[in-house]
Amino acid sequence: MATAFRSEDGADEARREVDAYIEASARKSLLRFITCGSVDDGKSTLIGRLLYDSRLLFEDQLAALESDSRRSGNVAEGLDLSLLVDGLAAEREQGITIDVAYRFFATGRRKFIVADTPGHEQYTRNMVTGASTADLAVILVDATKGVLTQTRRHSFLVHLLGIRNLVLAVNKMDLAGYDEAIFSSVVADYRRFAREAGIEGFTAIPMVGLTGDNVTSRSERMGWYDGPSLLEHLETVPAAPRALAAEPFRMAVQWVNRPSADFRGYAGRIASGRIRVGDEIAVLPAGRRSRVSRIVTFDGDLDQAKAGQSVTLTLADPVDCARGDLIAAPEGTPPAVQRIGATLVWMGEEALAPRRAYALKIGARTLNATVSRLRALVDVNSLDERPAATLALNDIGRVEIDLDRPIPGIPYAESRRLGGFILIDRLTHATVAAGLVEDFPLDSGRGDGAAEGAILWLAGDDRAERARRRAARSRAIGRTVAILDEATLAALNGDLGEADRGEKLRRVREVARLISGAGADVLIALDAAPEESRPGRRIEPGEPEEGEDIWVI
Amino acid sequence: MNAPAAFGQRSLTHLDELEAESIEILREVVAETEKPVMLYSVGKDSAVMLHLARKAFFPAPPPFPLLHVDTTWKFRDMYALRDRVARESGMELIVHRNPEAERLGINPFDDGPVHTDMWKTEGLKQALDLHGFDAAFGGARRDEEKSRAKERIFSFRSASHRWDPRNQRPELWSLYNARKGPKETIRVFPMSNWTELDVWQYIYAEGVPIVPLYLAAPRPTVERDGLLLMVDDERFRLRDGEVPVERSIRFRTLGCYPLTGAVESDAATLPEVIREMLVVSTSERQGRAIDRDGGASMERKKQEGYF
Repeated sequence: MATAFRSEDGADEARREVDAYIEASARKSLLRFITCGSVDDGKSTLIGRLLYDSRLLFEDQLAALESDSRRSGNVAEGLDLSLLVDGLAAEREQGITIDVAYRFFATGRRKFIVADTPGHEQYTRNMVTGASTADLAVILVDATKGVLTQTRRHSFLVHLLGIRNLVLAVNKMDLAGYDEAIFSSVVADYRRFAREAGIEGFTAIPMVGLTGDNVTSRSERMGWYDGPSLLEHLETVPAAPRALAAEPFRMAVQWVNRPSADFRGYAGRIASGRIRVGDEIAVLPAGRRSRVSRIVTFDGDLDQAKAGQSVTLTLADPVDCARGDLIAAPEGTPPAVQRIGATLVWMGEEALAPRRAYALKIGARTLNATVSRLRALVDVNSLDERPAATLALNDIGRVEIDLDRPIPGIPYAESRRLGGFILIDRLTHATVAAGLVEDFPLDSGRGDGAAEGAILWLAGDDRAERARRRAARSRAIGRTVAILDEATLAALNGDLGEADRGEKLRRVREVARLISGAGADVLIALDAAPEESRPGRRIEPGEPEEGEDIWVI
Repeated sequence: MNAPAAFGQRSLTHLDELEAESIEILREVVAETEKPVMLYSVGKDSAVMLHLARKAFFPAPPPFPLLHVDTTWKFRDMYALRDRVARESGMELIVHRNPEAERLGINPFDDGPVHTDMWKTEGLKQALDLHGFDAAFGGARRDEEKSRAKERIFSFRSASHRWDPRNQRPELWSLYNARKGPKETIRVFPMSNWTELDVWQYIYAEGVPIVPLYLAAPRPTVERDGLLLMVDDERFRLRDGEVPVERSIRFRTLGCYPLTGAVESDAATLPEVIREMLVVSTSERQGRAIDRDGGASMERKKQEGYF
């Protein structure tokens, strides 16, 4: 009995310790970051160093590392830490990184998921894959080589993908004699590029991945540097730049759960905001309204839920809601759009075929899409934009895409989860592009004549003047525009009396639809808020924002 | 995760995020594929994956069957838990044993690597082809092994079940492209971003049922080729001079019992196991004979169709 008692005491003690540990661990935040840069800048070695110094290597892995280092290591003596991450046989043979490797480590303050991404240009798509889910990017530069094409390309890409935490890791300082002047000159070079690329800020750290100087501990050989080591910086930098829970509620419906006739739940992961039982919601793009009646989970119903959680909602009314629809807060709902302006990172071996139909997956919705216009190809080195006829592997382009059905128009800058999309080749099923929604151009009928023109309804005292200005700008870029104003209203409705305002507006709308159906844009300049429409924000690039009293029909 | 009253006020924990991500993946596969199946190996990762599936589709039962690719050489405790869990979850359990391996009496004592090849790799391919499953969930994690660290969450297999590590689809944000050609299949790993410690913490926090072999108890063992093996039934062939010795052991990973190494431990409760985890100095796959033949061994097995 004595042993049993002692063992129970031991179990109790373990329970208390583990409870305390889990409590502390629960307070730890998660930081997802990527390392990128040019070939041979030492990315894999750097991550190997982080794992090694965080004491996250097990004895058997260390033993394997020692034997692997002897067999294929590229380091003359000791351990080749890069072998910890270069996991594929082809990578070990060639001494390079081909694909993204995900690694996990934790410190007393934080848990980390790190994506080690390839430097070679031919594997840029794998690097973009790693960047799409990262909160922070470590851009490695070899101090003796300085800022290279790949450094610029990767910096531009991670910035494009919305990563605002950038670390410039100036590596191999040992080969640069630990010289502050060399460090400063690399940083100055990078700062010039960053300014041009619109990168607001970055943190520069001089380091030696091979020995760990300024990686996990401050270097004694670079006394002139008084900033944090890389690990200190990673532990303390704010993980989430934005409080997603404070933004409007949005959840893409992934799956409709119908186990029986009396239960119909909408399952999805909340992209932003929070939701409470009883809240009013809109089902987009159709705009149907209802209220949340239950938030169902396996662990019991919740009163509320927020961004990041996977939940199942039931609604008070039997509204039409299917996979792909967006359940959203009813205020400030995004407009339903069928044409998007977007930036594409081309990932297909085969170049972009304009006018060919691709499958486009956004949120939980897949639809057919054609690239109707290639606005520009972005030269990542000069940051210049120039005309192009197509996009080849690893090209970045600004395009306009026509969709076969409307979607809620949410720019990537507003939501990484809902404003990013992929293009899929419908024959090979390959993912051929990553896309970022930028804006919502008017459907002007440019290109194939089937496209409808846009209908904008301008209200307010200066409506006539604004309609003239807008029409002039549209005509200047080759569009056909019609203006419907008070004079049109009078001409159309000569047979009606004062009381028939509803019928007058109906006739105006009907005429507007006829014109738009013929491919021209319509500006309605009338002092009335149209019914069945919503405030529109589809302003062409370069055009000034004209205030809130515009509606898109 | 269980939601305390003040849930709305605090931020999601690491485990909350992992759980929500896994559930999103599980739902996406059900929405996008025709005939998914969940590979259920009865280990702790399978246990967590099944628990996540029950959460993802609640109040419905998970809308796919469980598939156990059996080798006839699992621990007896595993068969017991497998049958219990299948009953409790309300899911169909498919048990597949490679008839060829059964006929030839392939076993871990005589057949070495052929044992794993025929029972597991071939057995799995047969089962997928036989039932026409186009997507199979697996409980593998990226922290387990180097080639796994490079594998996508949605991992494609050719019609002949081969994995091409040099030609993986880019996987952006949480937008999974599940499209595939006829006869091609997808292996999906909803727990890719979990670590071994996450799994244990989750089992503890959620009370997920696991095989008792994960907890230390006195068990008959022999030491062989650097592994501590448990003598689970009378089929265990003792070599000359070998005498089973009772040791307090537990397992960090479970497979065929004659191939699975135990660790000596007194951790008889989950908190004690987790506490040992926090100071452990060997990785869990060390207990598996399969991973040790050559640096790229797992990658090669995966290319051939091993899960």
